[in-house]
Amino acid sequence: MDIGTYLALASVLFGLGAVGFLVRRNMLIQLMSIELMLNSVNVMMLAFNRAYPGNHAGQVFAFFVIAVAAAEAAVGLAILIAYYRIKRTLDTDDATLLRY
Amino acid sequence: MSFPGATLFVVTAIFAMAGALFTISSNRPLRAAIGLLVHIISLAGMFLTLDAQLLAALQLLVYAGAVVVLFVFVIMLIGPAAEVDPMQGRIASRALSIGLTVAVVLSVASTVAYFDAPWGVVPDDFGTVEGLGLAIYQQSLVPFEVVSITLLVAIVGAIAIARSPTE
Repeated sequence: MDIGTYLALASVLFGLGAVGFLVRRNMLIQLMSIELMLNSVNVMMLAFNRAYPGNHAGQVFAFFVIAVAAAEAAVGLAILIAYYRIKRTLDTDDATLLRY
Repeated sequence: MSFPGATLFVVTAIFAMAGALFTISSNRPLRAAIGLLVHIISLAGMFLTLDAQLLAALQLLVYAGAVVVLFVFVIMLIGPAAEVDPMQGRIASRALSIGLTVAVVLSVASTVAYFDAPWGVVPDDFGTVEGLGLAIYQQSLVPFEVVSITLLVAIVGAIAIARSPTE
C-alpha cells in the first residue's frame, strides 16, 4: 500500500465530487459535492505529508482547509435559504435573476 | 505499511467511494447527507492510517458533527421542496461533462498511481495534538488567526444573508 494508491484514490474522489457538481441540479447536492472535493484534497495532502514527515506542513494546510470548508458550508447554506425564499425551489436551472 | 493499516485503508477506501457515489446519485437530499456522513467517517478512519490522529478527530468533530448536521437542519427546514425532479434534458452537456471529467480523472489517477516515495520514518509526535499544535502555533500563527476571523465573518455573513428581508 504505497502513496500512489492514496493519490489515485483522492483523484477518483475528486472526480466523483466534480461529476456531482456538474451534473446535479439540486443546490444541496451540489454543496455536498463541493465538500467531497475538499475532502479528497485533504487526503492527498495528508498522504504527501506522511511520505515526507520532516515537518507538519501538509497537516497544517489540511487543518486550514477543514476550517475554511466549515465557513463555506455555513455561507453556502445561507445563500441556499435566501434563494429558496425567492424561488421556492432548489433547482439551479431556475437561478436566472442576474441573467437578463 | 503494516498489515492492519493496509486492511483499514482498503475498508475505508471502499466505504468512502460508496458514500461519495451514494451522495451524488441519490435523489433525496437526506439520503445524500447520510452518504456524505459515511464518506466523512471513513475518511477519518483513513486519516488514522496516515498518522494524522488529531485531524481524524477534527474531521469527525467539524464535518460529521457540524457540517452534516447543518445540512440535515436545512433539509428539514425546507421540507419536501428540497427534492428536485430527476435530471431531464440537456443530455448532451451532461454526457460531455461526465465524459470529460472521467477522462481527466482517469489520466491523472493512472499517472499519480505510479508516484513512488518510501514511507518515511515517523517522529514520535507526528500528527498528535502536541506535534500538530506546536506546528500551528509556532509556524502558522498568523494564518490561524486569519482563519478565526474568517469564521467570524462567515457567521455574520450567514446571518445577514439568511435573515428574512422583511425585518
